[in-house]
Amino acid sequence: MALLAIDNLSIRFATNDGEVRAVNAVSLTIEAGETVGIVGESGSGKSQLAYAIMGLLARNGRAAGSVIFDGQDILNARPNVLNRIRAEKIAMIFQDPMTSLNPYMRVADQMAEVLVLHKGMGKRAAVAEAVRMLDAVRIPDARGRVRLYPHEFSGGMRQRVMIAMALLCRPRLLIADEPTTALDVTVQAQIMALLSDLQREFGMAMILITHDLGVVAGSCERVAVMYGGRIRETGPVGPLFRAPAHPYTQGLLHAIPRIDRTDDELAAIPGAPPNMTCPPPGCAFEPRCPCRREVCATDRPPLEGFAPGRARACFAPLADVRGHRETAAPTTPRGTGAHPPENRIVPVAAVAGAGMAATPGRLDDHD
Amino acid sequence: MVIEQEKMRSLASRLGQEEVRGRSPWTDARKRFVRNRAAMTGFVILVLVALFAIFGNGLAVWSNEDLDFEVMGQVATLGQPSLANGHYFGTDDLGRDLFARTVQATQVSLTVGVVGAAIAVIVGTLYGATAGYVGGRTDQLMMRIVDILMSIPYMFVLILLLVMFGRSITMLFLGIGLISWLDMSRIVRGQTLSLKNREFIEAARAIGVPSWRIILRHIVPNLLGVVAVYATLLVPLMILTESFISFLGLGVQEPLTSWGALISEGAGTMNYGTLWQLAFPLFFFCITLFGFFFVGDGLRDALDPRDR
Amino acid sequence: MFAYVLRRMAVAIPTLLLLIVLSFVLMHLAPGGPFTQERELPAQVLANLNAKYGLDQPLWRQIWNYLYGIVAHFDFGPSFVYPDRTVNQLIAEGFPVTLTYGALSFLFAVVVGVALGVVAAIRQNSFLDYLAVGISIGAQVLPNFVMAPILVLVFTLWCGLLPGGGWSFSDPRFWVMPVIALGTSYMASIARITRSSMLEVLGSNHIRTARAKGMPEHRVVIRHALKPALLPVISYLGPVFVSMITGSVVIDIYFSTGGIGKAFVDSALNRDYAVMMGVTILIGALTILFNLVVDILYAWIDPRIRY
Repeated sequence: MALLAIDNLSIRFATNDGEVRAVNAVSLTIEAGETVGIVGESGSGKSQLAYAIMGLLARNGRAAGSVIFDGQDILNARPNVLNRIRAEKIAMIFQDPMTSLNPYMRVADQMAEVLVLHKGMGKRAAVAEAVRMLDAVRIPDARGRVRLYPHEFSGGMRQRVMIAMALLCRPRLLIADEPTTALDVTVQAQIMALLSDLQREFGMAMILITHDLGVVAGSCERVAVMYGGRIRETGPVGPLFRAPAHPYTQGLLHAIPRIDRTDDELAAIPGAPPNMTCPPPGCAFEPRCPCRREVCATDRPPLEGFAPGRARACFAPLADVRGHRETAAPTTPRGTGAHPPENRIVPVAAVAGAGMAATPGRLDDHD
Repeated sequence: MVIEQEKMRSLASRLGQEEVRGRSPWTDARKRFVRNRAAMTGFVILVLVALFAIFGNGLAVWSNEDLDFEVMGQVATLGQPSLANGHYFGTDDLGRDLFARTVQATQVSLTVGVVGAAIAVIVGTLYGATAGYVGGRTDQLMMRIVDILMSIPYMFVLILLLVMFGRSITMLFLGIGLISWLDMSRIVRGQTLSLKNREFIEAARAIGVPSWRIILRHIVPNLLGVVAVYATLLVPLMILTESFISFLGLGVQEPLTSWGALISEGAGTMNYGTLWQLAFPLFFFCITLFGFFFVGDGLRDALDPRDR
Repeated sequence: MFAYVLRRMAVAIPTLLLLIVLSFVLMHLAPGGPFTQERELPAQVLANLNAKYGLDQPLWRQIWNYLYGIVAHFDFGPSFVYPDRTVNQLIAEGFPVTLTYGALSFLFAVVVGVALGVVAAIRQNSFLDYLAVGISIGAQVLPNFVMAPILVLVFTLWCGLLPGGGWSFSDPRFWVMPVIALGTSYMASIARITRSSMLEVLGSNHIRTARAKGMPEHRVVIRHALKPALLPVISYLGPVFVSMITGSVVIDIYFSTGGIGKAFVDSALNRDYAVMMGVTILIGALTILFNLVVDILYAWIDPRIRY
């Protein structure tokens, strides 16, 4: 039995400007000890997927479908059920270590309260365990630093603290939501290496959410590519990268700058992600797709297996997709396509990624 | 009663961002505003109150200064609101027509509110924009002065001034306006600091546009959203301040009157059962404040939309 | 922290001195001296009066004497109108009253306001939330000078429950209306600020982390959200303090409570500059002190503040 089985999960946000359909009918399984990457650009719904698993959707968000963790449906579970699972069985680390730690509490207190709450440890023992965990994520002088406040750490160090905090209860699944996006490139590599090491050491499964294909290639076994709130392609990392079977995956891979090629320009996927308040009736990628055909504008392609362990959602024949090497020219936008009609108010949440709905703002600095 | 500084800062930074994306926030804002029922209600109320202030005298049967000798002395019984004798809102304690008095009070209070807010906004914007744009030591000094002025008990100083220099309405305008620009200047300064390094400002500087021109032509227009919201929310505060002073008998002087003065009179005589003398001025006072608050909040939410 | 307090003091003290000097100079700029009255005083009497109050000395000398009196002996000098009484006496009569109902109002505004705001935020869009928002919006247009007559109308004239004015330290029935009249609109503002900042904080990233750690909601609110949500409230307390003192003038007049507001308005109407200045300076000093406390409180809650 899979450790985590997501079945037909959909997420909707009620906003002032209409309903945002952030995630649509997503199914995915994660085995114990496995690393699965979820890849997509901003607004593809990948972060909301993770929040829904943890029951952390913003107030205006509603999830439907099922998420079975270890034989128990945890989607929309009651708070006391969820609170026994969060941190204890499934832990999560977030994109922005600057704001994800509580700036008003010492690191020691933030970490210790997890153990006090879940393991019933005394404060002193909990702090000692927190120090051990900080050592494990290679924070130098953990004993001294545990008394500091988060703002006294650098970005990379804060993410290490975040990771240490997530691992305190030895969870069976770690969800890492863009863990390296906010960090310097050199620090990114260190954090990814650390995560891989810890994952092996603790024997946990990991869902790695990122828009960075390089990160996925380096650390995941399987990948799911998301676009417009749906999974477009899934498969083992190697084959999927070597022979992408969906025009979007192809575009993504093509858009990675490569040192061994001397193209004049960076290839980008033309057009913009769809407006999720009024998604197109057909394939959401259709307006940007180089392989589109008539049916794409009206019908949604289902996710279908085509090789062992691999599936894709596309009407275009496989050979056609693989035959396309160059990117397509952008098409004129339609009423419900990539661009919203001029006179419509576009909800911020729908354009800049549904993540906005869950994070209404950063803490202000006081000046 | 308060203008929430945090929200104003959020609005300011939001309007700054829009500038980068080059999309005017105003078109969207107008639609959001029109859809906001509270804001539209407030707007309609304000229009009605304004019409009342402008055309009310045309409807009045009595002038605001005439004493109705038939009513005088028996105000509690004969001075009640009545359509028959033309005292729609009744009479005041001396037998003067309360409808005409309320019209006059509305004119005075609205004028004091608007002029006071205008003075506060103009002074605050120019001061803040100058401090932020010039920067360095000047900025430090100017903001330190604001800090110091912030801790002065204004109402007392204002009353002190009114007593010493006589209770003129000009003094009231100036006094009320000059005590409220401090918060405005802080927000404007913050916003200017972030605007000043934008390309279009640097471009203007590079081609030798003088500083004062940059401030007036480039910085100030970009602050318009914040200023509009702030001004709308300041007007009711100014009206409150004026009413407070007039309630104490230190504000506008007879024969002029204002809401605060009428409320004060009404509150003083309600023991005798002449409740309408309190009710009518209070009603106009309250709905106008509501109107301004709703419009101001609606304007801010329209320019800085978030799911709150 | 200590250095921070010292630095704040270094700003506060000159501010206060500036306030004293400024109001003194203003007094001298005012047309007509303090003894200008309806009936002309004989020249000799006026000269004697001026000599008695030291008004014949050069301005700087007068300022110095005044400052020295305040700083060294906390002495605001004699009243100009009641020759046998000092400003200190007049203030000392009213101050305990003002302090009592002022402190109660302040507590009422902060405690009820914060509670209302927090409940409204954690039960957003519930009946409780609408009720709290309704109260806070409604009370916005009910400043003290509107609340006072309404309260008297309801509780004294209609219900006959509470005395319509006066003051007694031993009978709390005299306290109710001044406290509510003075505190209501600030309670409403504090509720509004608390609600919106609590909502903001509850949506912030570190609260999401706290929830992801499996903390029960009440613990999330109390341990993680309350502190940051209170920061805007704390910075609003300074202005509340000032407006409350200002509002006490209305309370003193309307309810005849006999606080310092009464002394202030009486002196304003009598042109008793000495008392007006005394009250203004005292209130300025209290304001500055209070703002200092607020700043320290703020810095204590938010470790990121650089001292």
